[in-house]
Amino acid sequence: MVYSFRGGIHPGPHSDPGYKSATNTKAIEILPTPDVVILPVSMHIGAPAKPIVKTGDIVDLGQPIAEAGGFVSAPVHATVSGKVIAVEPRLHPNGSKIMSIVIENDKEDRLHESVHPYDFAGMTNEERIETIRSAGMVGHGGATFPTHVKIQSGIGKCDTIIVNAAECEPYITSDHRLLLERPEEVIGGLKMLADIMEVPNAIIAIEENKSDTFAKINELIADDSRLKLYPLKCKYPQGAEKQLINACTGREVPSGKLPADAGCAVFNVDTTGAIYRRFTTGMPVVRRIVTVSGSAIVEPKNLEVRIGTQVERLIDACGGFKEAPNKLIMGGPMMGVSQFSLEIPVFKGTNAFLAFCGDEDKREENPSCIRCGKCINACPMHLMPMMMNAYGNAGDYNTCVSLGAMDCIECGSCSYVCPARIQLVQRFRLTKAQVMAERAAAKAKADAEAAKAEAEKNSEESK
Amino acid sequence: MYDLSKVVVTSSPHIKAEDNTKSLMLDVVLALIPALAVAIFTFGFRALTITVATIISCVVFEWLYCKVNHKKSTVGDLSAVVTGILIAFNVPVAAPIWMPVIGGAFAIIVVKMLFGGIGKNFMNPALGARAFMMASWPALMTTWVQPHQKLPLFGNVEVTDAISTATPLASLKAKTLPTESLMDLFFGQHGGVIGETCALALLVGGIYLLIRKVITINIPAAYILTVAVLTFLFPMGDVDRLQWMFSQVLSGGLMLGAFFMATDYVTSPVTPKGQIIFGIGCGVLTVFIRYFGGLPEGVSYSILIMNALVWMIDQKCLPRKFGYSDAKEGK
Repeated sequence: MVYSFRGGIHPGPHSDPGYKSATNTKAIEILPTPDVVILPVSMHIGAPAKPIVKTGDIVDLGQPIAEAGGFVSAPVHATVSGKVIAVEPRLHPNGSKIMSIVIENDKEDRLHESVHPYDFAGMTNEERIETIRSAGMVGHGGATFPTHVKIQSGIGKCDTIIVNAAECEPYITSDHRLLLERPEEVIGGLKMLADIMEVPNAIIAIEENKSDTFAKINELIADDSRLKLYPLKCKYPQGAEKQLINACTGREVPSGKLPADAGCAVFNVDTTGAIYRRFTTGMPVVRRIVTVSGSAIVEPKNLEVRIGTQVERLIDACGGFKEAPNKLIMGGPMMGVSQFSLEIPVFKGTNAFLAFCGDEDKREENPSCIRCGKCINACPMHLMPMMMNAYGNAGDYNTCVSLGAMDCIECGSCSYVCPARIQLVQRFRLTKAQVMAERAAAKAKADAEAAKAEAEKNSEESK
Repeated sequence: MYDLSKVVVTSSPHIKAEDNTKSLMLDVVLALIPALAVAIFTFGFRALTITVATIISCVVFEWLYCKVNHKKSTVGDLSAVVTGILIAFNVPVAAPIWMPVIGGAFAIIVVKMLFGGIGKNFMNPALGARAFMMASWPALMTTWVQPHQKLPLFGNVEVTDAISTATPLASLKAKTLPTESLMDLFFGQHGGVIGETCALALLVGGIYLLIRKVITINIPAAYILTVAVLTFLFPMGDVDRLQWMFSQVLSGGLMLGAFFMATDYVTSPVTPKGQIIFGIGCGVLTVFIRYFGGLPEGVSYSILIMNALVWMIDQKCLPRKFGYSDAKEGK
């Protein structure tokens, strides 16, 4: 049986489905540590971390250098040993400058004293979650939601955990290579997660294009009846959280709710591996696998790099550019973030860096909708993109919201299939931002009026 | 160190599918080629000259409209070519060439461009032009010649009794089975408008569009099945039900209409449920007009009537959104 959902798209030509052939047979290559690493305090969703080192400090590999700024936050660790040479705002993949800790590498890779293996079986659940939290663990699929928050909010509510190894984004093969070369890390981490969350079902869901990993994984999960391997149909966005839950369990996460409300918790495959490494070696999150690919790259590769390595070093390692690129993307081509500089560091959610020099984008001026309905068939949330676009352009946000604009997961399937090349998902991002701004303004106004009424009431009473 | 001068920053997605409006329209043109080939075989090269003249008319008038209104020309999307072929397919081969040329101008300027161009018209341009020509030159639109006559390539055709014929639909209107065998109907060896006669060629084109995913099966299947079921259940006159049903399905413009006109993106529903309702509506109206109307054929008018209802149908058929429990809330 192959699991799937309704809607979605099949990117790439028949000869190269998902554009993955450039790197899916290339073994993970370990990139030598760079001369400097740049570690932004915000590599996760939630409050930024607070630096606890200052310029001139000597730090060791794995040493905490910034502590969590709240519950929904994650600490940052030194990914090389060396000297802190700056704590200042640096360019972040989100396009702005964000406080970062810059470390000059002494190339000694001196381990910090806090890095030691843990006795997983002998720990309480609180200790285990704290161990995950203090390792700076976040979702490595790109959304970078702190893992400990997901675990804590899911305990008692979830009966199923799903390891997301769909890797439906085109071009990316870092998870594929991880599954193929280090499956014991992923399965080991999954068992640990199943223990912590005390769930009867632990599913590892992998798209069929990675069927070369199935034999080894089946062997590794054979001794644990909680663990199951679910092959998924190759389709984008198979790895979107709501679609993945729907494909594996048939459940739908209710609108505006969280996966836990459907009894599921979804973890990225690399996060699972990181959890295993944390407990068996003590190492916090200091490295990750990045696929470097795209038409402009001379020799596409899967690289294991230290977090904080500047992207330029990755491009160097892949032989540079064939010709001047016209697009640089952190992440996949469907939801990745367009970049304008190579100074930016690899961060915890960076699963790929792509450079294009061809006509991948196919932008068109003033497109006209021909009402072909392809966007409607492609929408994995079963919305009406063409109508939402028309109402959004007309400024009728109320109708957009009633058509489901706020349920849009911004996967970009509609924009991908549109033969007129209308910027559909881009329109919905704008619509959502405008609706959120209106709601915030309305709330602020209501709060101000309530405060004013309260103040008037108090002054009446004091008279 | 690296040259980043060409880099642009945009919102994702950064890749797009190969298909664009032009390639979809080209697919429709290709799908119409078998029917055109059979038409040339059946009615001679005059069928080709009429088709080419109508295409040129549509393209030129669209280009002129854009030019006069200082708009960027949209003829590159090939939709005017499709309109031209479909208008030509809807006139008899004996019609004077100026007639579909004027029809093309009407379709492009009045039905399409005045409403805002591609994607904005509520009525199928080719069918609008057909209705316009039926109203303006009813005699020319219903003068049929027998297959395999030597007709002039450009000049007017003198239709004498010797070469004129009736269409199978006329027999059906008279509550009798057509004189042509079902095989003749299937292979298009009988009188009729240029593009409608050969059910086989149209079916081949339709299947091509389905395989290329240009159209979905919903509308043609709902349309043809509705006509088949209604005519099977309620045959007119003292005839064999099955014979009657097949004659109804294979005669007239049903195949052309179901695969190429009712599936026109712009003027048909976008929701899957709506497409089925649209197809059923077209089928019911077609049978009603054929049975009780003043004209022997009802395909074009039934599609035009359903065109007017598309917006309402879509509004009632919005799919249930993901994550909403009941259908009502999901809308």
